Amino acid sequence: MRPITYVRATDTATAVTAVSSDPTSDFLAGGTTEVDLLRQNVMNPRRLVDINDLPLTGIVGTPEGGVRIGALARMSDVAAAPVVRERFPLIAQALELGASPQLRNMASMGGNLLQRVRCSYFRDAESPCNKREPGTGCSAVEGFSRGHAVLGTSEHCIATHPSDVAVALVALDARVHTLGPKGERSYAIDDFFLLPGDAPHREHPMEHGELITEIEVPATPIARHSLYLKVRDRASYEFALVSVAAALSVMDGVIADVRMALGGVATKPWRARRAEDFLIGAATQRNDFAMAARVEMADARPTAMNAFKVELAQRAVVRALDMLCDGNETGAAPGSGSGSPT
Amino acid sequence: MSAPGPTVTQRGAVLAERGPGPVRVRLSVNGAEHTLDIEPRVSLLDALRERLDLTGAKKGCDQGTCGACTVWVDGRRALACLTLAISCEGREVTTVEGLAEEGELHEMQRAFIAEDAFQCGYCTPGQIMSAVALIEEGHAGDDAEIKEWMSGNICRCAAYPNIRAAIRAVRDHT
Ligand SMILES: Cc1cc2nc3c(=O)[nH]c(=O)nc-3n(C[C@H](O)[C@H](O)[C@H](O)COP(=O)(O)OP(=O)(O)OC[C@H]3O[C@@H](n4cnc5c(N)ncnc54)[C@H](O)[C@@H]3O)c2cc1C
Ligand code: SF4
Ligand code: FES
Ligand code: FES
Repeated sequence: MRPITYVRATDTATAVTAVSSDPTSDFLAGGTTEVDLLRQNVMNPRRLVDINDLPLTGIVGTPEGGVRIGALARMSDVAAAPVVRERFPLIAQALELGASPQLRNMASMGGNLLQRVRCSYFRDAESPCNKREPGTGCSAVEGFSRGHAVLGTSEHCIATHPSDVAVALVALDARVHTLGPKGERSYAIDDFFLLPGDAPHREHPMEHGELITEIEVPATPIARHSLYLKVRDRASYEFALVSVAAALSVMDGVIADVRMALGGVATKPWRARRAEDFLIGAATQRNDFAMAARVEMADARPTAMNAFKVELAQRAVVRALDMLCDGNETGAAPGSGSGSPT
Repeated sequence: MSAPGPTVTQRGAVLAERGPGPVRVRLSVNGAEHTLDIEPRVSLLDALRERLDLTGAKKGCDQGTCGACTVWVDGRRALACLTLAISCEGREVTTVEGLAEEGELHEMQRAFIAEDAFQCGYCTPGQIMSAVALIEEGHAGDDAEIKEWMSGNICRCAAYPNIRAAIRAVRDHT
């Protein structure tokens, strides 16, 4: 771990100026990614600007029915907030099925969106890795890739985006508000996560020193009937192999509206638009669910090691829709988010 | 490494840049104030163990994956290995050494002994810090809930059933 200097920012503008004026400075929020990767020598900032004293911790329901979440609100507090649990169960579930209680007390929502991939070659600080050291190649393509992505990959990088809550936020068309050296900006969340393409080191469109200030989730009435299903190697404290964030509204046995996004299978939180398009107007029956899942996964490009994810994702989609139709979506946490889907 | 100058900001405010060498850091741990000279990169875990001789919090992985280093920061359970000590200035840190009162072990500590909730004991301080917090958070309803909300503390000896028994005992007693 290299030596660093430390400053604690007292206001937002000062924090932005401090980081944007120095390419070797990083923001420090909960530190659960930043301190970890600093110690692994994967990230090499010279200076950390601690933003934990900034007043960005609000979790406020909007009159229209949405919610505005401050970038420094902690995962645990967001998951516990009554307005989130009531209006957006899939957000609360995605948060509570992630990391551990200790980590969720520390980790901020802004930091969560910017957490780095769990690819072991990226994390070992020495294997060839285009994300960590552009141009060195990708060790995972021919290497150990069981946890890697099958959608949105390129020959340059196949790492899975690890966030759970980002999957829920992508399903909900959230917006990410920022403050940068050039002022305030806002991004549709689907545009906030970049596919690796030929530049996997670029993961988001922000410039250096741009600070996430708030995540805005627009009013989404169908989200009251929603869930987050997470399938993983052990029952808790583990990243997803496959996850599904879904919201559903059914009228007279026909799907009137649906939102769906997938985690664990793609290089960014994956909005399942093809499945959504297929499902709207379809009957609530398994055959249609399975067909929607197949359509969504049609472009999957698995490696020999992660081919199982294509089938697993389809089963998880069917199970998530089944659960929503059966009305047992409130049972998602704890426990029932784990195990293999039927 | 050359020390950079102070950062002048838009508002004209100057942020005091500290380090990279040792700087004076004030920590409040278990109700006592401590002043120590440490580099900003030093984790709370290393500061507690190496500088303050509070070796209760253990270093299992140093990567946030085991929970052996669990302490409370401002009353909430957190991982000392992924926390910088310097970022805890102005916050209250509690370690397992701070649980006993007037020489009396905390109820949870006694329950761990009574229920035989450890074998090697390496994970135990972290388990206890989580277990006390768990009950205060109201997440000790049934065994499934205890399992889920204690999952951030790995026990290599798999003392889990006995740990749950200790938690149930304290839950049902309070
Ligand atoms: C063992 C372990 C298990 C985990 N399991 C899961 C899991 O199952 N699911 C899941 O979703 N996540 C998981 N995580 C990841 C965890 O949720 C993230 O590390 C955390 O959310 C990051 O938030 P932070 O506040 O700690 O960010 P930090 O580590 O402080 O920052 C992360 C990055 O974002 C930057 N940053 C932080 N805040 C801002 C901001 N407001 N604006 C601009 N830049 C900013 C920092 O400079 C840094 O580069 C796990 C982490 C660990 C260590
Ligand atoms: S998958 Fe991406 S992160 Fe992993 S080694 Fe390849 S380039 Fe690096
Ligand atoms: S030592 Fe901190 S989680 Fe393992
Ligand atoms: S008692 Fe040995 S690791 Fe838990």
